[in-house]
Amino acid sequence: MLAACGVESPEELFAHLPEAVRLQRPLQLPDGVSEYEIVDYFRRRGEANANGYASFLGAGVYAHYRPVLVDTVVSRGEFLTSYTPYQAEISQGTLTTIFEFQTMICQLTGMDLANASMYDGSTALAEAALMAARLTSRGGLLVSRAVHPEYRAVLRTYAKNQGMPVTEFGYDPETGGADLADLERKLNDLTAAVIVQSPNFFGVVENVDRAAALARARGALLVMGFTEAVSLGILAPPDADIIAGELQSFAISPSYGGPYAGIIATRDRFARQMPGRLVGETTDTHGNRAFCLTLATREQHIRREKATSNICTNQALIALMATVFMSVYGKQGLRELAEQNLAKAHYLAGKLQPRFAGPFFNEFVVRAPEDLNRALLERKIIGGLPLGRFYPELADTMLLCATEMSRRADMDRLAEVASSHVH
Amino acid sequence: MYPDDYRYTKEHEWVHVTGDTGTIGITDHAQHELGDIVYVDFKYGRETLKPGTRVEQGKTIGSVESVKAVSDIYSPVSGEVTETNQALAETPEKLNADPHGEAWLVKIRLSDPGEMANLLSAADYQSYIGAEK
Amino acid sequence: MSIKKVRSHLSVNEALLFERSSPGKKAYQLPALDVPPVDAGAALGAENVRAEIPGFPEVSEVEAIRHFTRLSTWNYAIDHGMYPLGSCTMKYNPRVNELVARTEGLAWAHPYQPESLSQGALGVMADLESALLEITGMDAVTLQPAAGAHGELTGILLIRALLERQGNPRKKILIPDSAHGTNPATAAIAGYVVENIRSDEHGLLDLCALERCVSEDVAGLMVTNPNTLGVFESRIMEAAEILHRKGALLYMDGANMNALVGIARPGDFGVDVMHLNLHKTFSTPHGGGGPGGGPVAVKAHLEPFLPVPRLKRAGGQWTLDYDRPQSIGKVKAFYGNFGVLVRALAYILAHGGNGLRAATMDAVLNANYIRRKLEPYFDLPYALPNMHEVVFSDERQARAGVRTGDIAKRLIDYGFHPYTVSFPLIVRGALMIEPTETEGKRELDLFIDAMISIAKEVESEPETVKSAPHATRTSRVDEVKAARKPVLKWTPA
Repeated sequence: MLAACGVESPEELFAHLPEAVRLQRPLQLPDGVSEYEIVDYFRRRGEANANGYASFLGAGVYAHYRPVLVDTVVSRGEFLTSYTPYQAEISQGTLTTIFEFQTMICQLTGMDLANASMYDGSTALAEAALMAARLTSRGGLLVSRAVHPEYRAVLRTYAKNQGMPVTEFGYDPETGGADLADLERKLNDLTAAVIVQSPNFFGVVENVDRAAALARARGALLVMGFTEAVSLGILAPPDADIIAGELQSFAISPSYGGPYAGIIATRDRFARQMPGRLVGETTDTHGNRAFCLTLATREQHIRREKATSNICTNQALIALMATVFMSVYGKQGLRELAEQNLAKAHYLAGKLQPRFAGPFFNEFVVRAPEDLNRALLERKIIGGLPLGRFYPELADTMLLCATEMSRRADMDRLAEVASSHVH
Repeated sequence: MYPDDYRYTKEHEWVHVTGDTGTIGITDHAQHELGDIVYVDFKYGRETLKPGTRVEQGKTIGSVESVKAVSDIYSPVSGEVTETNQALAETPEKLNADPHGEAWLVKIRLSDPGEMANLLSAADYQSYIGAEK
Repeated sequence: MSIKKVRSHLSVNEALLFERSSPGKKAYQLPALDVPPVDAGAALGAENVRAEIPGFPEVSEVEAIRHFTRLSTWNYAIDHGMYPLGSCTMKYNPRVNELVARTEGLAWAHPYQPESLSQGALGVMADLESALLEITGMDAVTLQPAAGAHGELTGILLIRALLERQGNPRKKILIPDSAHGTNPATAAIAGYVVENIRSDEHGLLDLCALERCVSEDVAGLMVTNPNTLGVFESRIMEAAEILHRKGALLYMDGANMNALVGIARPGDFGVDVMHLNLHKTFSTPHGGGGPGGGPVAVKAHLEPFLPVPRLKRAGGQWTLDYDRPQSIGKVKAFYGNFGVLVRALAYILAHGGNGLRAATMDAVLNANYIRRKLEPYFDLPYALPNMHEVVFSDERQARAGVRTGDIAKRLIDYGFHPYTVSFPLIVRGALMIEPTETEGKRELDLFIDAMISIAKEVESEPETVKSAPHATRTSRVDEVKAARKPVLKWTPA
């Protein structure tokens, strides 16, 4: 091969690089190690993380059982090691599964169309807000304080550079739901979108339809986010214009924060402003049904600076995990799964004092002294998320989550420690 | 191929004036370069282009999309929009079939007929696209 | 000429899940509830409870596994063979990476669990950060961005933050006309106006044009190096100086790092900020289109603006530092695509410094080998030395009415995924080829033979090429119909 290239050593192929840019020493990294050593390195890292704890953390990332079939499917090399399906003829596997994914998301959310996924729920929500701004030709964003704090932070980062002011409206201290009176006061003719999350960060189910009515009365769009996809199995699809959510609950490992998969779903008439990949149905030259990427003219590789977004990825493999999960659970299973979550969380809440009176799905806020979590850790329990770091006015509370994986014995133990900790 | 009584732009639009109204479209060369046309969008700035919209010569009045490309349409003349070709929403493929006739895009009541002097004649346009190749 | 790499094979047909569905079928099992059931209407309010999910599938486990397995057999993948896609760096995805990413303590880690119980995960991130700094020659790195384009956005926002601090964010970002589409899209989302810079007659950055364009209105230049022709921008240091003299910054798109690792470091040639693509250079799997990872590495003057939190060492422990008053904030919830970071670190550990450099050498050798072998058959529009990828044009074949897209489709019949078609835009009818270091001579020779055979077919039987592919399960799809009348989900008949 070197001969074919007309050189005697591979170094010569780099000779044209200016001396000044060349690295004049080897990279200061340890030598390469064997497979066993790599496995061992990560085993040790894994051991330095929590193992064998019962966790009651939710707050945007949920512990749900991952059916075995999920990894079986995504481990197939044809899915794992394939490229973006630009060449439809040799990517029908990927394209078909994405089409199924888009369909199931529409069925779950009650929307007309859904894209092939965004990076995660937080960026999906930010992109949905920008989409609403393009659709209304307005710039103001009104977001509920009961939307996940990190999602609101990401929203600000995206909105700031488009010159879009972000205003927050509060939550009702009794119910824990969005304060719709505050929303109404803050709505004006510059509002592009009203953004709520349901169930919200506190786990409370929002009155989305009412918020939507208020928004639309002022010509704004209603954007609804969600972080707990399992709730879609039991909660009625809301009357939103754009839905932006996180699918981590659908067999995606918590994995210390990522990779996850977000989605945007919307109404037909907003289709052309929706960012992200879309797969459409068509036929091949023999009239067989086939799928392909479509409406690509919205995207960066064609529209460049006029694109709806700069996004180039869809979280295909992650979305596939969710697709397999949805197929395994199916129509009945998602319902039963949601009912189990509801039962577990309400059982636990029944033994504690929820801070808010609003209806909740599988998360709720309780009063909790600062050192409760420390006491729980001693019993090998990871308690809820102390809310003081995001909501100073809720400094004496924590957000607890129970899922189908939460065992009664652990919940009883948590309640026991909590009650003996009352000052 | 390129009617003598039309005028053309370097951005591959044509305009055909009768009375005080100019009918505007894209040229056969443009539709050929784009390939199969899938969508036409009428937009002026952030607003939808519709009867009553006032446009300026040279400003974007929308875009034409094929599967793999998008092309902006620039208005050859200034004036007030009187009509946009709504049939193209259902059948954008007409732009490939009859770009100089049935698939006109927009009709504008000219505010400054003198602008026509800036535009290319059929012969000049044909030389221009011949040179472009 | 016979096709050596593939021959036909039966593949099973498969309908959509919804078409396979039957009421009452299930593939799931849930344990019995160990707590009392709750009436949903009572707990949530009757108006909040949904009716059943219309049309949602109900299949058995056997149907589910057959469904996905059958579909998978319709895909091409790296595990089958080479992907010559330019600027995609489709290298082998090591399986040990998949195993370690599933290490229980890491895979089940919740981002909000106590830091004392997250030292393993934080240690992984710390090790990756320091390896990436050594590789790039930069001073600080964030692992938060979820993909390359996301990293680009982060990088441009960092530039904006620095300039804002100095009193004026400026208005424009300069982008070469050879750039990847994400570059201008990113600049626009970051609130900048894009100004295109033409490449010179060699396909390189035109420094005269740059000199003319850089003003105090320009925030920065986004450059890919080597560029999208696979050619190293030999005057990059001069370009950096031109920018820095006017207070503008140099952003480097790291998509082509596979040509530089161990050979040259962007931090050494004037780059202020850059992103890396873990799913390209660092072997994390594409998975059919994601997830990726787009870490952003910066020089010290941009460090204060990095997204929050930053990894910090305090009292012998790793901790997440949120006290960063000048940070641009967050670009994504939590800390980054941790599962992807694990895979990238595993790749780096496996190779070590010497291995990474050797990989780069192989990648460049492979691309040059392809160039030499195909030069007699395809036009090479720019004659400069190429690195890890090579770009041909379809000029010669176009005379017979055959374009790069047709050649790409015919390549499928030969058992290969197409190369990158029609990009970069500065080449008419581009064929952009990047083999990566993964490919041995045998696969490369099969690819070269295939391309030569197709070049000959263009002369003797162009119609075969123009109507390709012929041997695939699905023939050319009607993309026009899909765009004119979009059908974006299944609906019951």
